[in-house]
Amino acid sequence: MKADITLTVNGEAVRETVEPRTSLADLLRDNLRLTGTHLGCEMGACGACLVMLDGVAVHACLVLAVQADGQKVETIEGLNDSGLIKDLQETFHDRNALQCGFCTNGMLMSAYALLAGNSDPSRDEIRDALSGNYCRCTGYEAIVDAISAAADHRLNKAKGAQ
Amino acid sequence: MTSTDHIGQSHRRENALRHLAGRGRFVTDLALPRMVHAAFVRSPMAKGKIVELDVSAAAEAPGVVRVFTAETLNPICAPWTGTLDHFAGMKSAPQNMLAEGQVLWAGHPVAMILAHSRAEAEDACELVLLDIEDEEAVVDGDAALVEGTPLVSEGIDSNLCFRTVLETPGLDEAFANAAHVVEDSFTFGRHTAVTLEPRAVVADFDPSTGQLTVHHGTQTPYQFQDVYAHQFGLPDNKVRVIAPDVGGSFGMKLHVYNEEMAVVAASLKLGRPVRFVADRLESFVSDVHARDHRVSARMAMDAQGTILAMDVDDMTQIGAISTYPRTSVAEGNQVIRLMGAPYTMPDYRGRLSVVFQNKVQTSQYRAVGHPIACAVTEALVDRAAEQLDLDPIEIRQRNLVADDAYPHVSATGYQFEKLSHHAALAKLREIMGYDALRAEQAELRKQGIYRGIGIASFVEITNPGAAFYGVGGARVSAQDGAIVRLTPSGEVHCAISVTEQGQGTETIIAQVVADQLGVTPDQVKVTTGDTDTTPSGGATWACRGAGIGGETALRAGRRLQAQILAIAGAVLQAEPATLALAGGTVVDKATGKERITLAEIGRIATYRPDTLPEGCDNSLTAVQHFAPTGYPFDFTNGIQASHVEVDIETGVTRLLKHWVVEDCGRIINPLLVDEQIRGGVVQGLGPAFFEECMYDDMGQMTNASLADYLVPMAGEMPDIEIAHIETPTLDTILGAKGVGEAGTAAAGAAAMNAVNDALRPMGARISQTPMTPLRILTALGHV
Ligand code: FES
Ligand code: FES
Repeated sequence: MKADITLTVNGEAVRETVEPRTSLADLLRDNLRLTGTHLGCEMGACGACLVMLDGVAVHACLVLAVQADGQKVETIEGLNDSGLIKDLQETFHDRNALQCGFCTNGMLMSAYALLAGNSDPSRDEIRDALSGNYCRCTGYEAIVDAISAAADHRLNKAKGAQ
Repeated sequence: MTSTDHIGQSHRRENALRHLAGRGRFVTDLALPRMVHAAFVRSPMAKGKIVELDVSAAAEAPGVVRVFTAETLNPICAPWTGTLDHFAGMKSAPQNMLAEGQVLWAGHPVAMILAHSRAEAEDACELVLLDIEDEEAVVDGDAALVEGTPLVSEGIDSNLCFRTVLETPGLDEAFANAAHVVEDSFTFGRHTAVTLEPRAVVADFDPSTGQLTVHHGTQTPYQFQDVYAHQFGLPDNKVRVIAPDVGGSFGMKLHVYNEEMAVVAASLKLGRPVRFVADRLESFVSDVHARDHRVSARMAMDAQGTILAMDVDDMTQIGAISTYPRTSVAEGNQVIRLMGAPYTMPDYRGRLSVVFQNKVQTSQYRAVGHPIACAVTEALVDRAAEQLDLDPIEIRQRNLVADDAYPHVSATGYQFEKLSHHAALAKLREIMGYDALRAEQAELRKQGIYRGIGIASFVEITNPGAAFYGVGGARVSAQDGAIVRLTPSGEVHCAISVTEQGQGTETIIAQVVADQLGVTPDQVKVTTGDTDTTPSGGATWACRGAGIGGETALRAGRRLQAQILAIAGAVLQAEPATLALAGGTVVDKATGKERITLAEIGRIATYRPDTLPEGCDNSLTAVQHFAPTGYPFDFTNGIQASHVEVDIETGVTRLLKHWVVEDCGRIINPLLVDEQIRGGVVQGLGPAFFEECMYDDMGQMTNASLADYLVPMAGEMPDIEIAHIETPTLDTILGAKGVGEAGTAAAGAAAMNAVNDALRPMGARISQTPMTPLRILTALGHV
């Protein structure tokens, strides 16, 4: 009872045959070998598996592959290649906002989604936006700093352009 | 001459770029040809006898390749026993991969299923017929020691794993003469590492050559190379352990686990790669847990508040079996030895009882023993201050070992080379604005807002030599090794035995090597985590990566520096002693003038050695091992402060701010040091407020999921301000000590003192972690 699905992943058309129980995360990791999407809990609690599904950050461990049929998925690999998170990647690097790197995909997704809707978030708003992202290594402060710095850069750039 | 341009700089981590691009290389990402997936059938109960185990239906299930039970798998692996000789009299039952006859904790692996996918292996687990005759589980450490309580496992004659007493001769007299005695009993909850990447292993045995390669998410690849070679009877040069990117370890991934051993065994039997990745539930019931101590302690003071002595009794509950190869006694041993460590306390008695029960094993996890010793000591110091009506800063000033009184030996026998407690205390007071915070606290109390300030001084054990494990017979290396080479094009490569789990090991090694060779860290490629390509060493644990690994790299770099200068001298017909390395070139030492580039040296030595004078050694590879000598450990010190607000209606604590002043000796990279401290602090605050493995009285863990086990999240954690004192160790050229555990060592202690400071006006006190809202309300008498 496998199902055929077609979807766009990082701008590429993908056609796969999956079992109904296959999660989007497993499709990405096991079938497409896009291993930048991580699994930490497989129950929506840790945020390691966040991807953009039709422009919204979702837990790829909770979405079934068949539910993504016909939709557009962006993973960390796609966002990286598109240059859309370049500034976040730079501020994360500068601020050492990652240690083991296992949560980093999810942190970048949450930051990307936050800054898309709020160009000038306060530190509290950033901490709130990370409420579903678990990190065991950093203690979070560097991540908050990095997102805040990226927001500042964007604001300054926007001001400069005016 | 050594350039010191890069040691001490906040160099960014190159390997972070891979993670930021989604290009991490974790064991969980690995898929090999012919690979099969493992799932385990686990005991549903905490203790019992296996009366029936029928795997025939599972073996027939779709996708299943093989099913193993103890009978079919265990014989190829020698059993292991988690005891060490220097813990005299300690005992523990021998272990093997799958349960033999008896199950000892809920989660104990009983059968292993290998299938083409993990989903198929899990489906087949459901088809295994497992009948266990329930036996009374021992779930409480105090009860375990009562006469007539059943034994936790076969193979032991009592539930006491180990007992020891440390005592100075003047202890009783000190208490008899004391003007004040304060005492309390403490309970420190059981918690666990919850690394975001779970434990993961892919074992790949090639029967055609006899080569075993194990891709293993661990911090200690050499230890596992040795374990696999010994337990499975293989020559160790045919065992390669590769630890690529590791998604967090913190001590948890350096223990030997049933599952990893079974995966290797299965690969040996099948001759194909076998993969196991723990799911989150499995992590909770098989990763080592930590802490789980009950401590009663008292402290004696004279009339001026001088600490005379401490008398401590620690009972720690370690689960059914002591871990291998480091044992589950090491933590308790450190607890009783670190008590009172920052203070000029002449007398001491510490009693330790390490007790079995039918739960998951506990063992070394970040800051082993420190959080317990620090919380007990600092709570009693605050109690003493209260009794003597002294400010918490004042009582510490009176008792911390003076900064000019080193070397100093603690009442428990630890030797301190040089610490800086008073300088740290003064700096803390300044950066936190202590006096203003106290004034604000008093003001807010009038408005019914209860804030608390808690302080905790600490000492941390780093750079351990062989005294830790080697002397007890453990095959755990205390030395490290590095190979540094100049490439034919004049770039640098360093292969080193210390490992990276995101601390920045590779970056600091590149900085250290760069400064020996006059190049930039970007020019130094560092390889770690592979037993085939790096020299053998202890790797990264107990805060030894920077201090021991860094010194190894420094000495290897210097050795290569001498080789390069010898070749350059031969080429230039100059005395090597008149030359130096700087800016990627060989320069004249006196004038700094460039004489020849490293690229030219590489070219000549590699492609035109015939042009070198007769007898000139063209080697551009240097090997160096380093084992610490001098003090058995390099202790570091520091002090932390926590500022909290307790809502006395709900019992909820808000963490407002946290401060750390730390002295880890010479700082190689300030950016990375500070992030080690911040991460460590949060790993200390988690168990202080949220994290706890809850068990029912049948021995079932009742919150084994990330929805039920609370971890610290961004919204609850405070900003953490950090300052430094630098007291380099003179035991090494580099002078660096460890820092990875400092944050965790005292964060919980500072937080507990802060909460109790907030509760003081109500006459309430809490001495149990985690300090949940319910426990705080109970302390307040509201429930
Ligand atoms: S793996 Fe999806 S939220 Fe944790
Ligand atoms: S960096 Fe390791 S979990 Fe966040």
